[in-house]
Amino acid sequence: MEYADILHRCFRCGYCKLPGNYQDLNCPSYLKFRFETYSPGGRLWLLRAWLDGEIKTSPHLAQILFSCAGCGNCVEHCVFPKFKDDLLNAIVAGRQEIVSEGAVPPSVRDYLKAMQLYGNPYKLPQDDRGRWADGLGLEPYSGQEHLFYAGCVGAYDERGQKMARSVATVLRDWGISFGILGAEERCDGNEVRYLGENALFEKMAKENIRLFKEAGVKKVIALSPHAYHAMKNEYPKWGGDFEVHHYSQMLAKAVKKAGPAPKQDNLRVIFHDPCYLGRHNKEYRAPRKVLKAIGGVRLVEMQRSKGDALCCGGGGGNFFTDILGPGPDSPARVRVREAWETGADVLAVACPKCAKMLEDAVKAEGLEEKLAVMDLAEIIQAP
Amino acid sequence: MGNITRELSDIVGAQYVSNEPEEQFIYSRDMGTMEPRQPDFVVMPASTEEVRKVVLLANREGIPIVPLGGGLVLSGLSRPLKGGIVLDMKRMNRILEVNEMRRYAVVEAGVSQGVLQAYLKRHHPKLKHSVPDAPPIATIAGNVLIFGSGHLSHAAGFHSDMINGMEAVLPTGEIVRVGSCAASPHWFSRAPLPDLSGLFVGWAGTTGIVTKLAITLFPDRPFNDVGVFVTEDEELIPDILNRVTRANVAEDVTAWMTPKPEWARGFQHVNVAFSADTREELKWRWQLIRLSLKNYMDEKVGGFMMLPPPMKKALIEAPAVTLTRFADVRKGGGFEYVGTIMPIDLFPEAYRAGLEIAERCGTTYSTGARVIGLGHCMMFYFAYPFNRADPSDVQRAQGALEETNRVVLDMGGIPWKAEVPAQQEIIQRMDPNTFALMNRIREALDPRGIMNPGNWEPAA
Repeated sequence: MEYADILHRCFRCGYCKLPGNYQDLNCPSYLKFRFETYSPGGRLWLLRAWLDGEIKTSPHLAQILFSCAGCGNCVEHCVFPKFKDDLLNAIVAGRQEIVSEGAVPPSVRDYLKAMQLYGNPYKLPQDDRGRWADGLGLEPYSGQEHLFYAGCVGAYDERGQKMARSVATVLRDWGISFGILGAEERCDGNEVRYLGENALFEKMAKENIRLFKEAGVKKVIALSPHAYHAMKNEYPKWGGDFEVHHYSQMLAKAVKKAGPAPKQDNLRVIFHDPCYLGRHNKEYRAPRKVLKAIGGVRLVEMQRSKGDALCCGGGGGNFFTDILGPGPDSPARVRVREAWETGADVLAVACPKCAKMLEDAVKAEGLEEKLAVMDLAEIIQAP
Repeated sequence: MGNITRELSDIVGAQYVSNEPEEQFIYSRDMGTMEPRQPDFVVMPASTEEVRKVVLLANREGIPIVPLGGGLVLSGLSRPLKGGIVLDMKRMNRILEVNEMRRYAVVEAGVSQGVLQAYLKRHHPKLKHSVPDAPPIATIAGNVLIFGSGHLSHAAGFHSDMINGMEAVLPTGEIVRVGSCAASPHWFSRAPLPDLSGLFVGWAGTTGIVTKLAITLFPDRPFNDVGVFVTEDEELIPDILNRVTRANVAEDVTAWMTPKPEWARGFQHVNVAFSADTREELKWRWQLIRLSLKNYMDEKVGGFMMLPPPMKKALIEAPAVTLTRFADVRKGGGFEYVGTIMPIDLFPEAYRAGLEIAERCGTTYSTGARVIGLGHCMMFYFAYPFNRADPSDVQRAQGALEETNRVVLDMGGIPWKAEVPAQQEIIQRMDPNTFALMNRIREALDPRGIMNPGNWEPAA
C-alpha cells in the first residue's frame, strides 16, 4: 500500500481532531461517530493493523475508512511536519486497497458502479447533462477564453443547477468570456479518486484532458471546488496543463471592473469555506473579496473559518455515499448551528455540494425562515 | 454477550456501543509501550445517568469497567487488563458553568483541555485554567485525576490541588458529590468537609467514575514572557529552582535537557514563564527573576539565553506542540516517559541517572522537570522515544522505562501515573498498612472488583 511507511508514525495525539483554536471537534467523521477509530489517527493505526494481519477486512473497517470526508483538517492541524502532508493520501491509499479487494460499503459500490455505467452518480442520461443551462442562452464552447465547467452536481442536482445558473449568469453579465460543453461535459472524477478508484479516475481525467484539448480549451472556470481541485492538482500528471480557476476567483478579479454590485439591505452574511477551495488550495481571499464588494453586505466570520472551517460533510465522496448520515451530530447540522449562533441572515457558500448539504441541514434544524443558504452569485443577484 | 450488547444499547444508544474488532483493537492500547489488552465493549455514555446504568449493569454481571478520557496517559492505565467495558467519556463534553467572580469552571468528565481553553478565551478572556503539556484533546478530568500538572503549577500546585468538587458514580451505582457541592449549590471549594476527593484522585479509575468536576481558574493576563536560564552544571539546578521560586513571580518553572538540537546538548535549561497586567509589571517581574539568579550570572556560571521571537512564542505556547513532536524522533510514532514526583534537590542525581540509563539501554532521551508549588516538589520526567514498527526498539524503551522506575524509587521519588509493573515496584516499597488501607477502601467501594481491575492490586 502506498504511504504504508507513515502509518506507524502517527502518535494519535489528536491535534488532527480539532481546529487551530481547539474549540470543538473538527474532524467530520470523528464528530459524528465519536469512536477513536473514526479519527484520522484511528484510521492510520487500523490500516497498519490491517496490513499486519491484526484485523481483517470487514464492512465495519470499510465504513470507518470511507466515512472520512477528505476535508484536510487533519493535514492542516497535524503537528508532525515530516509526514503530515500525506495523512489524507494514506487514508485514500487505504481506500484503494479496499476497492481492489472489492470490499467497499454498498453506497460506495453503487456510486462507483453508476460512474462506470452512466458517467454520473445520478444515473441520468448524458444528454441531460447540459439542461441546467436551458434558457440562459449560454454559448457552447468554441474557443472563448474560458470553459465554464458545471460538474455533476451543477449539471444534475436541482440545488446545484440553481447555483450553476446563477454563477454562469453573473459571469456572463460581468463580461467574462466563456462557453460550456453542455451534453459533451464529463465528470471531473474528484470523488472517484477520493473513494479509492484510482484507475477509473485516471481514465476520467484523461478523457477530460483529451476533450478539453480537442476543443482548444486553455482556461477552465470550475463551479465546484472539487472539480477545481482535481483539474488543478491532478490533471497535470497526465498533461492536463490548463489554467484552472474557481468561479469565485473569476468574480474576485472582475468585481472591480464589473462596477458596484446591487445594493442589499444590510445583510449579515457568513461565509462557509469549502474544503477543496480553502484547506486544499488555500484560497480564502477571493470569495470574501466578492462578498465585501456587495453593497449592504456585512461579512462576519464564524469562529471556525478559513483553515479551521468545519467541513459540511460532503467531501471525500460522502455527498453521494452518505456514510456520515443524518442526525444532530452530522457535520452539516453542527455547521448550520454554528452559523446561526452568529446571528447571520445568510450562510454564503461557494460549492454546490456545500449548498445542498447545508440547505438540507437548515431544514433539519428548522431554520428555513431564519437562515438562507446562498451561493456568492445568488447573493449578487438577489433583488 | 448479545444480551449485554442489547442492554448497553438501550442505555446509551446502539450507535455508541461497539464490540467490533476495530474498536476493540484501538481501545486495547495507548501510545506507550504497554502490551494491548482487548475490551469486550466500548461504550460512550452521554450523561451521569447513563454512566450509572452502565455501572449497575456491569455490577450485576461482574463485568470490568475502565473509564477513559483522552486516552493519552501513555502508561497503559486505560487498557482493560481483564476485558470488559471501556467507558469512553468524551460524549460528556459540556461546560456546565464558568463563574468569573469565584474563578471556577464546572465541566463534564469528557471536556477536553482544548475545548475549555477555547471557551474561556472566547467567553471569559480574563480567565484561564492550568494547561498541561498533553495535547489539547486530553480531558480535564483525566489529567486532574492522575495528579497532572501544567502551566500554572508553580503558582498553584498539582492539577488535583485545583479541584473544587466532583460528582462521581460509585462502583455500586450511587451518585455522590464531594466538596462544597455536596452541601451547597456552589462548587467553590473542597473545604471544609472531609476531603473525599481523595477517594478518586490517583486511583487510576479503580474506585469509581468521575462524571463532573469543578476546577479553579486563574487570571489570564495580557502580557506574557519567558526567560530561559542556562547552565552546564546540573548541581546548581536545585538552588536555581529554589531561588526562582522564592521570588514567587513566575507562573511556571520548568527545566529541560536534551541531546538534540546540538546547541542544547550538555546544558541545563530552566524556563521561567511569567505574566502581568501591564508592561511595567512584566518588566518588574522580569527584574525580580533576574535578581533571584544574579549571583550565578555574576559568577558567570549561568545566564539567560537570548531568545528569538519564534522560540519565545513556542515556549509560551500552551500546550507546547514541540513536546508532542518528540514522538517522531525515531520516525516511529511513539514515546513514553517516567514522570516522577520527587523533591527538587534530587534533580542532579535524577538527571545523571537518566543519562546513564539511556546510554545503557541504547536509546535517546529527553529529560526535564516541572516545579510544583513553590518548589515543594517537582515532576521529573525521563522520556524515551521509540519506533512502534520495530519491536526491538519498543522493547529497548520499555527496558529503559522499567529501569528508570526502579532507579527513581531508589532515590526516594515516586513514579507518576505508574504502569502496572511500576505499580508493583511501588507496592513492594510501600508501607504495608498503607497498601492494606488502599485495599480496604477499594473493597468497600467496589465489592465486586469491577473497576479497572488489575491496577494497584497485590502481585498474583
